[in-house]
Amino acid sequence: MWDYVKLIVLALIAVLAAIAANYAHDLPYMVNALVVMLAAAITFVWQLRHVGEPAHHPQNEYLDGVVRAGVIATTFWGVVGFLVGVVIAFQLAFPALNLGHVTEGILNFGRLRPLHTSAVIFAFGGNALIMSSFYIVQRTTAARLFGGNLGWFVFWGWQLMIVLAATSYVLGGTQGKEYAETVWYIDVWIAVVWVAFLLVFIGTLWKRKEPHIYVANWFILSMIITIAMLHIVNNLAIPVSFLGSKSVQVMGGVQDAMTQWWYGHNAVGFFLTAGFLGMMYYFVPKQAEKPVFSYKLSIIHFWALIFLYIWAGPHHLHYTALPEWASTLGMVFSVILWMPSWGGMINGLMTLSGAWDKLRTDPIIRMMVVSVGFYGMSTFEGPMMSIKAVNSLSHYTDWTIGHVHSGALGWNGMITFGALYFLTPRLWNRDGLYSLKLVSWHFWLATIGIVLYASSMWVTGIMEGLMWREVDANGFLVNAFADTVAAKFPMYVVRGLGGAMFLTGALIMAYNLWMTVRAQPAKAPVNANNFVAAE
Amino acid sequence: MDTYSFLRELADSWALLVLTVVFLGVILWALRPGSNAVHRDAANAIFRNEKQPAGSDDDLRPVKEA
Repeated sequence: MWDYVKLIVLALIAVLAAIAANYAHDLPYMVNALVVMLAAAITFVWQLRHVGEPAHHPQNEYLDGVVRAGVIATTFWGVVGFLVGVVIAFQLAFPALNLGHVTEGILNFGRLRPLHTSAVIFAFGGNALIMSSFYIVQRTTAARLFGGNLGWFVFWGWQLMIVLAATSYVLGGTQGKEYAETVWYIDVWIAVVWVAFLLVFIGTLWKRKEPHIYVANWFILSMIITIAMLHIVNNLAIPVSFLGSKSVQVMGGVQDAMTQWWYGHNAVGFFLTAGFLGMMYYFVPKQAEKPVFSYKLSIIHFWALIFLYIWAGPHHLHYTALPEWASTLGMVFSVILWMPSWGGMINGLMTLSGAWDKLRTDPIIRMMVVSVGFYGMSTFEGPMMSIKAVNSLSHYTDWTIGHVHSGALGWNGMITFGALYFLTPRLWNRDGLYSLKLVSWHFWLATIGIVLYASSMWVTGIMEGLMWREVDANGFLVNAFADTVAAKFPMYVVRGLGGAMFLTGALIMAYNLWMTVRAQPAKAPVNANNFVAAE
Repeated sequence: MDTYSFLRELADSWALLVLTVVFLGVILWALRPGSNAVHRDAANAIFRNEKQPAGSDDDLRPVKEA
C-alpha cells in the first residue's frame, strides 16, 4: 500500500515538474524543473522494481551502505570543488580564462564563484558531515541508524540539492546572499532534507544503548539544529512566481544584512566548526587509539562555543549602517571566542600525549594533527581580524580570502581527508590503506599548497589594504583601484599554484581510496553487513 | 515603550543574566565532584561496539577491542 502511495507521489512530481519546465519564466528554473523531473522518474523506476519487497532493517547490524556512499560522494565533490577553485583562481590572474565570448557568461568568475563555494562547503563539507555523523552516531550509541531508509533519503536528497544548485548558478540563478545563493525552491528542498537529517540523528540518539551521549554527537546535533534555524530565517523570501526562480526577501536594508551575516558567520561557526569538531572528537581519539585528553574540557568547549559563536556575526559589517553597539558586540564576542577555540585545539592535540611517536609513523594522524593546528591558527586570526582597527585594513581585501582558506583547506579539508582515510578500510572491510606513502604525498602537497595560498593572500591583502588608504601630502588618494589589481598579479599566480597542489593531493587521495577498495585483500566479514564481495 | 527599546532593555538585563547563569551552571555541572567516573566511561565509549550494535547475537560478537 505504502509503496503505491510513493509511486503515485513520484509520478505526480515528475508530471508537475514537466509542466513547470514548460511554463518556466527563466532558464535556471526550467533546467532545475527538468532535473527534478528526471530525479523523480529515476526514483519512480527504482521504487517500481522494489514494490512489495519486505523491509530489511536488521537491528543487529549498522547501516553502513549510506556511509560508504557518503565516502564516495565526499571524495567526488571534493575533487570537483577544488577543481573549480583552481579554475577561478587562475581566472582572477588571467581574465581571458573567463571565456566570455565563447560561453556567453556561463563560465564567468561571477557564476563559478558560488559554484566553488557551494561545492566545497555544502557538497564536500556537507557530505563529509552527513557521512561522519551517520557513522559516529551509530558507533557511539551502539544502535542502528533510525528510520529505515530515511538515511538514504537524506543522502540522495542532498545530492539532488547539489545538482540543482550547480545547474542554477551557472545559468544565473541566485538570490545574491553569500553562501546562501540557492534560490527559493532549492531552499525549501534543503529544509526538507535537513529536517529528515535531524529526525534520523535524534531518532538514533533516542534508541541508544549507551547511557551517555558521546560529546561528538553534541557538536553534530547542535550543528544540525542551528543550521536549520539559520537557513530558514535567512531565506525568508516570497517568490515572485511559482514558475520562476526570482524571489523577494522579507527583510530589507540593514536588517537583511545583519540576518545574512548572522547566518553567514554561524554557517562557519556551526556547519564548518561545530560539525567538524564532532568529527575531531571521534576520529582523532580513534586514530590515536587513546580517549580524548580531557572529557570535561570537551564539554566546556562545547558550551562555550554554543553560547559565544552566535553573537559574532556583526564583525562582518564593521563601518556600515549597522549600529555601533552591534558591531562592538560582535567584535567582543569574536575575541572571547578565541579562548574556547584554543581549549578545543589543545584538547585535540593533547589527545596524542604519550603517543607522539605516531606523528612520525602514521601519516593519517599527522593529517589530523595539522588540521587541528590550522583550526587553532584560523581561530586566532579570525578574532584578530574582527577587531575594528584591524578590520579597517583587512576588510574587502584578499586577507579575508586567505583566512577563510586556511580554515577551510587546513581545518575542514585535512580533518575530512583524515576521516576518509580512516573510514575507507573499515567500511569496505580491508586490512589497511593501499599505500601510506601516497598519504604522505597527499599530506605534503596539501600542506605546502595551503602555505602558498595563505601567505600569498596575506601579502596581497595587506598590500592592497595599505594601497587603498595611502594618501599624498594634500590628502588625495595615491592609488586607483586598478593599480592594486595590477600589483596583485604575482600573488594571484602563487595562490593558483597552491590551489593546484591541493587539488593534486586530493586526486592522489581519490586514487589511493579507489585502490584500497579494488586491490587490497578483504578481511573475513563479521556479518552480512560488512561483507563486500571482492572484485 | 516601543518594541525595539523593550527588547534592548530585556536583552541587556534579564536575558543576559539568565544566559550567563545557565552558562556558568553547565560548566560547574561538568566539573561537579563524582563526574570523573562518568566522563571516563563516556570518553571510552568510542572503543566499544565498533562492528555491531549492542545486544546483538553473542556468538557473532567480535572480541572487545582495547
